[in-house]
Amino acid sequence: MSDAQTQIPVTVLTGYLGAGKTTLLNRILSENHGKRYAVIVNEFGEIGIDNELIVESDEEIYEMNNGCVCCTVRGDLIRVVEGLMRRPGRFDAIVVETTGLADPVPVAQTFFMDDDVRSKTKLDAVVALVDAKHLPLRLKDSREAEDQIAFADVVVLNKTDLVTPEELAKVEATIRAINPAARIHRTTRAGVALSEVLDRGAFDLARALENDPHFLDEHDHHDHDHHDHDGHDHHHHDHDGHDHDHEGHHHAHPSDIHDVTVQSVSLRGGEMDPKKFFPWIEKVTQMEGPNILRLKGIIALKGDDERYVIQGVHMIIEGDHQRAWKDGEKHESRLVFIGRELDAERLKKSFEACQAA
Amino acid sequence: MPTVAPLDLEGHCITAVFLGDVPHFALADGAIHRLDHGHKTVQANDGLLAAFHDVANDRLITGGEDGKVFAITAGGNAGELASAGKKWITSVAAGPQGAIAFASGKTAYVRFADGKTKEFAHPRSVEGLAFSPKGMRFGVARYNGATLHFPAAEGKPVELEWAGAHTGITFSPDGAFLVTTMQENALHGWKLADGKHMRMSGYPGKVKSLSWSVKGKWLASSGAPAAIVWPFSSKDGPMGKAPLELGTRGNAMVTAVACHPSQDVVAIGYDDGMVMAVRFADAKEVLLRRPGKGAITAMMWDKQERRVVFGSAAGDCGVIDISA
Repeated sequence: MSDAQTQIPVTVLTGYLGAGKTTLLNRILSENHGKRYAVIVNEFGEIGIDNELIVESDEEIYEMNNGCVCCTVRGDLIRVVEGLMRRPGRFDAIVVETTGLADPVPVAQTFFMDDDVRSKTKLDAVVALVDAKHLPLRLKDSREAEDQIAFADVVVLNKTDLVTPEELAKVEATIRAINPAARIHRTTRAGVALSEVLDRGAFDLARALENDPHFLDEHDHHDHDHHDHDGHDHHHHDHDGHDHDHEGHHHAHPSDIHDVTVQSVSLRGGEMDPKKFFPWIEKVTQMEGPNILRLKGIIALKGDDERYVIQGVHMIIEGDHQRAWKDGEKHESRLVFIGRELDAERLKKSFEACQAA
Repeated sequence: MPTVAPLDLEGHCITAVFLGDVPHFALADGAIHRLDHGHKTVQANDGLLAAFHDVANDRLITGGEDGKVFAITAGGNAGELASAGKKWITSVAAGPQGAIAFASGKTAYVRFADGKTKEFAHPRSVEGLAFSPKGMRFGVARYNGATLHFPAAEGKPVELEWAGAHTGITFSPDGAFLVTTMQENALHGWKLADGKHMRMSGYPGKVKSLSWSVKGKWLASSGAPAAIVWPFSSKDGPMGKAPLELGTRGNAMVTAVACHPSQDVVAIGYDDGMVMAVRFADAKEVLLRRPGKGAITAMMWDKQERRVVFGSAAGDCGVIDISA
């Protein structure tokens, strides 16, 4: 086709009113980085956004007519992106700002499920703004706050000056418990380096996991200056109300932190038998899709010289070879699921059963 | 041999029509180009998103990013008809007695010829708009179906339900059928007399272009490597019947269709810029334009049945003369 064009990167900003989204957005728009942005907002806020190209759209969630309840897209984004991309010379990237009550999943899935949108744009990263002072309250009264963190690639933990070091540590531990794969940045006045939120390639299979030096390395990343959450990984499973067996849930942590319903399951294994692994991951995403918010993994396949990377949103899963294994690099498979009602023990056993003999 | 008079423009062509006998090209930047003893341009919307050819009044109705509705008439007059705040106008349509409809977000508006405007609020976004050819009635494509309004009268609208997101809408020329395009790769239809459903699926891509043949006997559609042409001449429409597949190509998708004004022939535009004319009766194909720079986005036949005006996503537009 002759009208092929480069895909425009899209950054999704989530977070509650007051968390600092507008402040961050205005920094993105005003700092001197030579890029022009189109901004899609659900409602014009009270604080102005200073940009030439702002589109207001009504959040419009469409369930796809394929019988899958988690296959949702944002109809308004399809239309707005289509309109914007008819005049592509006006901007270099798109920022989608969602309201605090928005579900980030349909936003992200739009960029995978709609062929037109997918051909012209690529999701770069989902950035969640979190207000350090009010997060505990948000988690109590809504599921959206938790979903936004669970779904994020980057969490900007803002307004840290309004809490004590103890409160901050607790909030960060909560975020970590919800999403062990996200990068967390502590800020005041949304003062994060823009390079940490833009052009992340978080959904780019070739780059996604390189970005996360501590991806899944939950035993290695405590040297990171703000990861003091050793405490909550392995104990206090006070969710007795669940009727399934979770004896030995040693990597799941819904747990000791109150008001958190999202859990993550981190799996490690050796080289995988591709004949077992691929049918397994397909089956897991088919069966557990509605419960899986995100999944990410680096897979070592038996007899394969290259690392295989996968990522998924609900039932959508993508995988590709990323790069050759380096000399001396351990051929190890790592996979993390972030979701709800995940049966960690069953995932672990069935994952390990995919290992090559 | 057909000859092509090219008009190379910068940008995505939203629609290409004849106003009077003059070819007009509406671009996404809101510039309306025309070939009227030379290349001329008039500016309509600041960012043009939707356009509808108002045949009865020989004008083009456009809506855009500026929240405004314009009417463009032959001779290069672009006048503002209405505005609806700062939100995008995403759909426009023209109806009987000079009425027009336009949509912004969840609201549909009807503006009558005397300038009076009526608002129709919906619980979900108004995705597509079309007037019925008979009576003062218009349809809204929306999530999970379509809504029919009677703007000249008071009273409740008629709701037609079908699960899924409906994005575009058209009435058959006799007003008997309503057909919507969907977010999924399918069309949905209702026989309005009894509400019977018609599901037209099997497309590999989204359907973005529809065209009724003369007297509404057939409905041609894009979204496949061929023009998919559904028979609508029987009282139950295409149910239980297979569509025609015309102009099939192995390596290209149909992006635009335009039926001939008096014969069972359809002009088919492809994503590589090729245009063909194909006869329904024997599927005979005539090449009208070789592949170009971008996908064909719009086409229209002139009244003399001699020329086809076309627009493309890359701006390489033109007029095909088939009489030469």
